[in-house]
Amino acid sequence: MKEILKILEDDARTSVEQIAIMAGKSVDEVVAFIKQAEQDRVVLRYKAVVNWDRVEDEQVRALIEVKVTPEPDFGFDAVADRIARFPQVRSAYLASGNYDLLLVVVGKNEHEIANFVSEKLTHIKGVQGTVTHFVLKRYKEDGEMLEAGEEVKRQPVIL
Amino acid sequence: MSISQHRSCASISDRVKRLSPSGIRKFFDLLASMEGVVSLGVGEPDYTTPWHVREAAIRSLERGYTMYTSNSGIPELRQELSKHLKAHHDVTYDPNGEILITVGVSEGMDLAMRAILNSGDEVIIADPSYVAYEPCVILAGGEPVKVPTSLENDFELRAADIEERITDRTRAIFIGYPANPTGAVMGREGLLEIAELAQRRDLMVVSDEIYARLVYGVNHTCFASLPGMRERTILLGGFSKAHAMTGWRIGYAAAPRDVIAAMTKIHQYTMMCAPTMAQVAAAEALKAGDAGVNEMVADYNRRRQLIVTGLNSIGLACFEPKGAFYVFPSIAATGMTSEEFSEKLLVEEKVAVVPGSAFGQCGEGHVRCCYATSVADLQEALGRMKRFVERHRK
Repeated sequence: MKEILKILEDDARTSVEQIAIMAGKSVDEVVAFIKQAEQDRVVLRYKAVVNWDRVEDEQVRALIEVKVTPEPDFGFDAVADRIARFPQVRSAYLASGNYDLLLVVVGKNEHEIANFVSEKLTHIKGVQGTVTHFVLKRYKEDGEMLEAGEEVKRQPVIL
Repeated sequence: MSISQHRSCASISDRVKRLSPSGIRKFFDLLASMEGVVSLGVGEPDYTTPWHVREAAIRSLERGYTMYTSNSGIPELRQELSKHLKAHHDVTYDPNGEILITVGVSEGMDLAMRAILNSGDEVIIADPSYVAYEPCVILAGGEPVKVPTSLENDFELRAADIEERITDRTRAIFIGYPANPTGAVMGREGLLEIAELAQRRDLMVVSDEIYARLVYGVNHTCFASLPGMRERTILLGGFSKAHAMTGWRIGYAAAPRDVIAAMTKIHQYTMMCAPTMAQVAAAEALKAGDAGVNEMVADYNRRRQLIVTGLNSIGLACFEPKGAFYVFPSIAATGMTSEEFSEKLLVEEKVAVVPGSAFGQCGEGHVRCCYATSVADLQEALGRMKRFVERHRK
């Protein structure tokens, strides 16, 4: 059944009929599996990988290291949960190394992100300190190269 | 603009004149002049070579590995191949003297034929089969003897059909499974019968196993692994298909010491060695293990099921091809010859497939479709072919 997830991960718009053929299952099996996967939160959402750099819309992205004092009963989880609920936070990870949490944060401009850090993040109990790295350029997003370079063409017929 | 029509003073050899010019030249020219074609006519992966492999070659250039290698190929690659052949096919070859790195399987085939054939020796070849087998035999002074295979037997070569055509001049059987153009594989049983025949009639077997890694739901049987066959087999393989490395031109031959010595003799005078950076890249491809290849195979398999189901549903019946990345549907529903079908399909619907007749008489009535192309293109091609078949159903 991992087959079905692979197909969806590659192109979430693939029809259930086509998935059934490609995975060698019946349509009913595929429908049932996907429903279950959605219920179990194995499949979280279906969405597009957007290259915002190609759109006029300005968007700034920062990686923020957060140092946290763990809480007695909850460790890092309670603080991480409070931080992750902010919509500006696109991804949040607990990481090994010199800091504890690594966040990917987006905003309309540097100012908005600076505000988020000074007004929200540092006010959360348990947050000891932050280091903000503004992203200067994106090369790859979620497995996709943003500038693929020129397409290499195959010979149309090769025996 | 026409190219000069003047003929040179050169006299072209009878052997070369005898090679049939690609029967579908006209078709190629037509294709080259068209835009917006969805091609199922290619014979190579749609993947580019994995990055770690490309990166290894770049690094080798940076470090200055730009000289010739030994005629046999770099030791590291031969050692990796020896391990690979043992692990995957349970055959043991000494990296020193029983493995030769060639410029693709293409060179390997040529060397094999030239190494074992005397003038007039006959070589058994399946019909249809890969386009280069017959010319290789002819250029080496041999006589190709075609053995028909057919849809009824899923295009497998049958020992009984071979035996009927064996004469006292027969020197070798040249097999290639998984097969281009049919996608057919041969199971252990059928191969054992051919092995028994080779033993009984004292024949060599040249086994082109370039598609060995691309099998779906079945295991590949390496011919040399069959009882008694290592002694009489020239095993040919390469990196083009499984590792998406067609342009690197790296293949190999594994065979008993005296045969590899003979092949190396020809190789050293005609080729010297395979390109150095490509050999480094091939070694890296093997060292990385199977995960990457397995992922590509799983991906081909999804597309294989898509195209087989699609072709059958539009009335182009195909048996289930269990190897390589080709489907070989029958075009009987249209009543056309394979060349007519391919040309009309190209002109009317801009889909390129290869006429089965390009691979031998027994390929007539079929076309070769390669599914190593994007799912979107496969869907598009199937849609166009559906329209075409509906229009031309007889």
